[in-house]
Amino acid sequence: MFEDLIYVLGKYDTWLWRGFLLTIELLVISVTFGTLLAIPLAVARVSKKLWIQAVPFAFIYVFRGTPLIGQLFMMYYGVGQLISNIDGIQDHWSWAYLRNPYWYCLLTFVLNTSAYVAEIMRGGIQNVPSGELEAARACGMTPWTTYSRIIFPRMWQMIWPAYTNDVIFTLKATSLASTVTMMELTGAARKIVARTALPYEAFISAGVIYLIIVYTLTFGFKGIERYLRRNERRKDKQPGTAKAASA
Amino acid sequence: MLDLYGRGWQMLEGGLVTVQLCLTVLPFMIIIGLLGASAKLSPYRSLRIIGESYTVLIRGIPELLVILLIYFGGTIAVQNIAEMISGEETRVDIPAFWSGVAALALVQGAFASEVFRAAMQSIPIGQIEAATACGMTPSQIFIRIKLPQLWRFALPGLNNLFQVLIKDTALISVVGVEEIMRKAAIGAGTDKAPFTFYLVAMLMFLSFTTVSLIAFNYLEKRAARGIARA
Repeated sequence: MFEDLIYVLGKYDTWLWRGFLLTIELLVISVTFGTLLAIPLAVARVSKKLWIQAVPFAFIYVFRGTPLIGQLFMMYYGVGQLISNIDGIQDHWSWAYLRNPYWYCLLTFVLNTSAYVAEIMRGGIQNVPSGELEAARACGMTPWTTYSRIIFPRMWQMIWPAYTNDVIFTLKATSLASTVTMMELTGAARKIVARTALPYEAFISAGVIYLIIVYTLTFGFKGIERYLRRNERRKDKQPGTAKAASA
Repeated sequence: MLDLYGRGWQMLEGGLVTVQLCLTVLPFMIIIGLLGASAKLSPYRSLRIIGESYTVLIRGIPELLVILLIYFGGTIAVQNIAEMISGEETRVDIPAFWSGVAALALVQGAFASEVFRAAMQSIPIGQIEAATACGMTPSQIFIRIKLPQLWRFALPGLNNLFQVLIKDTALISVVGVEEIMRKAAIGAGTDKAPFTFYLVAMLMFLSFTTVSLIAFNYLEKRAARGIARA
């Protein structure tokens, strides 16, 4: 059994390596842009005006209530077909991009991630203690300043564990790119299985790489969590000064 | 409005298979979850290690990979076992439906064991001590004290998991089970109308997750009916 594993790793190591790189690329871009898009969504979601709330609510509801693979097929096959029906589009310079599954994957992952992250952020924003908001208003902060100095730092502190989970969820979601012919880690493993008929060796190798990514991420994000919660740590270390400052 | 080229029934059949998948996985998920949670809280170190490494492994691997591994790998494994028993070359085919059920139960069971562990730890220790003082055996304590209260603590987590489960059944279409996504893909391919078919599939999934959300909210209210008045 180990001969087969060594054979797979020896012969197809470049496929797995390229798959690994593409997985990381999809993950980083999806999480970055998904988070950026989630911020306005979450802020609009906690708005007191119903009509501002409604749009992000519907967006989040649809993207969290349907399977990602369906969203991906809808984009790639559905929207892709609508685009290809446009007259003369196939001779246009943009056609090379418009038929590439890469962009459809990224778009779907970014939208999907933003919906999940926005929902987490909504919880974080709503859990900022009202006393801090009142204090900010009493200090004469504008809503913009309140968000950047009080609400967002607080929100990140609170949502970080959930956000970490969501990044891992997105990593696992990138495996779906293999269903639209992308050669990321799962896609590479599937192609190896198709070539060699050795499902255990290929899928378990890919699985181990995923595990390494997940636990490296978990470890790194734990470190960032400590940084985000540095104010609490300072209080723990020097209770005397913290008390003096508050008195 | 939506022209399904006479495949409306096909989509509904797919919907039925999706419901079947969810309801078949659910009991397995709960059993594996309870076993996993018990293993994690067990006084025996070896059981704790098994329980923890199970969730650690599953948490880090994409569901799709587990489904593929069980579908392609499971067939080979069962075939080898069958050949060992019968001693001759045999051809075994695991139905895609059941390999999908096994994969989803394995994945969701890992997350369920986290939910149940948290729920078990929420039960006040005094009640367990009281039960022990009354002379109950561990299994009696589990059935009479822990299990009835477990639901209340575990329902919000299970609600979430069931949502994930409904969405994850769509992944089984990859190995050819004719649930909603697969039916939609067939329609999308043969009738050249991917947008319509996937739109219908998404609406079906959205209605399923909505129904599950409403049902679980009702159950949560019901489970808390003795507590809510406080």
